[in-house]
Amino acid sequence: MSAPLLEVENLRVSFPTPAGRVDVVKGLSFTLGRERLGIVGESGSGKSMTGRAILRLIRSPGRQSADRLVFDGIDLQAQSERGMRKLRGARISMIMQDPKFSLNPVMTVGDQIAEALKTHESLARKDVGARVLEMLHSVRINDPERVIGLYPHEVSGGMGQRIMIAMMLIPQPDLLIADEPTSALDVSVQAQVLDLIDELVREKGMGLILISHDLNLVARYCDRILVMHAGQVVESCAAADLYQATHPYTRGLLAAVPKMEETRDELPVLDRSEWSGT
Amino acid sequence: MTAISLKNLDISYGPTKVVQGVNFDVAEGESFALVGESGSGKSTVLKAIAGLAPEWTGEISVLGEARSHTVDRGFATRCQMVFQDPYGSLHPRKSVDTVLSEPLMIHGLGNRNQRVIDMLAAVGLDQRFRFRFPHQLSGGQRQRVAIARALMLEPKVMLLDEPTSALDVSVQAEILNLLKRLRREQGLTYLMVTHNLPVVSFMCDRMAVMNKGRIVEIAPASALYDGNFSDPYSQSLYAASGGNPDRKDIA
Ligand SMILES: Nc1ncnc2c1ncn2[C@@H]1O[C@H](COP(=O)(O)OP(=O)(O)OP(=O)(O)O)[C@@H](O)[C@H]1O
Ligand SMILES: Nc1ncnc2c1ncn2[C@@H]1O[C@H](COP(=O)(O)OP(=O)(O)OP(=O)(O)O)[C@@H](O)[C@H]1O
Ligand SMILES: [Mg+2]
Ligand SMILES: [Mg+2]
Repeated sequence: MSAPLLEVENLRVSFPTPAGRVDVVKGLSFTLGRERLGIVGESGSGKSMTGRAILRLIRSPGRQSADRLVFDGIDLQAQSERGMRKLRGARISMIMQDPKFSLNPVMTVGDQIAEALKTHESLARKDVGARVLEMLHSVRINDPERVIGLYPHEVSGGMGQRIMIAMMLIPQPDLLIADEPTSALDVSVQAQVLDLIDELVREKGMGLILISHDLNLVARYCDRILVMHAGQVVESCAAADLYQATHPYTRGLLAAVPKMEETRDELPVLDRSEWSGT
Repeated sequence: MTAISLKNLDISYGPTKVVQGVNFDVAEGESFALVGESGSGKSTVLKAIAGLAPEWTGEISVLGEARSHTVDRGFATRCQMVFQDPYGSLHPRKSVDTVLSEPLMIHGLGNRNQRVIDMLAAVGLDQRFRFRFPHQLSGGQRQRVAIARALMLEPKVMLLDEPTSALDVSVQAEILNLLKRLRREQGLTYLMVTHNLPVVSFMCDRMAVMNKGRIVEIAPASALYDGNFSDPYSQSLYAASGGNPDRKDIA
């Protein structure tokens, strides 16, 4: 078997709090091949911080450390900030949980996607335009000609998410970290967008880390799943086995999902007494 | 009494008309959902009611009072909106404590300390989050602050734009239970945008389905049990969401 795409060993992220420095990611380890890894877990369990730490995007006063953080043979911890900037976007992309916040508010949607493409390839101006439209079309944006001229505050929540996805996919990264990429989309658009990502995994051998709170979605679009709780992995299983998960925490999550034919008057909630986010 | 009444509502942004001919009434104490395609104008309808999308024609009234096109301060005590995007709606330099106590201060309400403490507990946030700033919170924690802020003034009508789509299922369950309990205890009215039909099934009495700026169907929540939708777009949305299209025949 070829070397893994990403190796993470004993990853830690910490923040100072009035009660001293606290780890929000507590010694996470996993390896990723050219496959689809899902990360699920409670709000505040450290999912987004794990994604950001892989890109070395933890902002001060936060700190990160790992025994090993290697992407495609490159030791990420040994890279300069300049070296990291070269990798980000081009080889490792992250779809942030807060799309509108991550887009440049004073630049049109079309220009931003074009810029993402240009950092990757040199293309004639006309071809850039065509590729941008094609990409928006493939994330199921109706009327892409109108949308390229809009500013981020002029697009809807779900459009913002898809624009972010388009921007991150257009340079064809080797590793995509997608943090709640489709939380604002209805199921049918969601399925189309995830199918597109899936195609890139299968055809271009892209690795995928899909962070989501949607258990059904992760079960369907991933090969393996890590369940996080309070900065640690509490369960790791093949996606197909998620519904047989044994950890009480995972079972609790499954029970809390509302059903199409809901008859419960109240949804079961997790016992948060031991909950220790920071 | 009707809590929200919309008649022949058209809404534009500059030259583009994005919502057309919307008509519906939400009764006091009712929980009404707005579902439909991304970009179809759901948030825009909520924004127009809240006074944030001023280019509309038609009639909007809330709790029997017609909305004008100008800002109305007292409106905030009767009707509050939770925004789809909690990042944009929280001021980056205001702590959670400030965000929650400010509306009380503006409207001259007392007992602020205790009210903030109680509200944090109600949305499932530990007290240690009270003096944090938005960037020190996770996505779901931020959304809970946004919901808490809207609840601070104890409004009678809540406009909820995807209030739980950024939340994991366990926190979603807590928030939905909370909203349901508040509605029962205080007779609140909800107009709620969501793309999640099971959430509608749990929370709402009726739903309007939107597609391309228009309402294509208004259906009771029971349609989610029996698949009884008449419009082709609603039917496809229902089927894609895992609803069983054959149920209609069985029933
Ligand atoms: N600047 C900061 N200072 C202190 N704590 C922080 C800071 N930023 C994040 N945290 C804490 O780190 C923990 C992990 O955050 P993270 O964003 O990774 O959660 P998450 O699993 O992505 O949750 P969600 O599903 O709500 O997005 C949270 O409890 C959060 O409050
Ligand atoms: N400020 C604005 N200026 C111009 N167009 C806008 C503005 N805000 C929204 N729009 C457009 O109005 C349409 C409807 O947007 P809206 O946000 O209401 O959709 P939505 O139904 O809430 O979608 P989603 O489910 O994706 O949030 C979109 O085509 C959007 O581009
Ligand atoms: Mg997160
Ligand atoms: Mg919206």
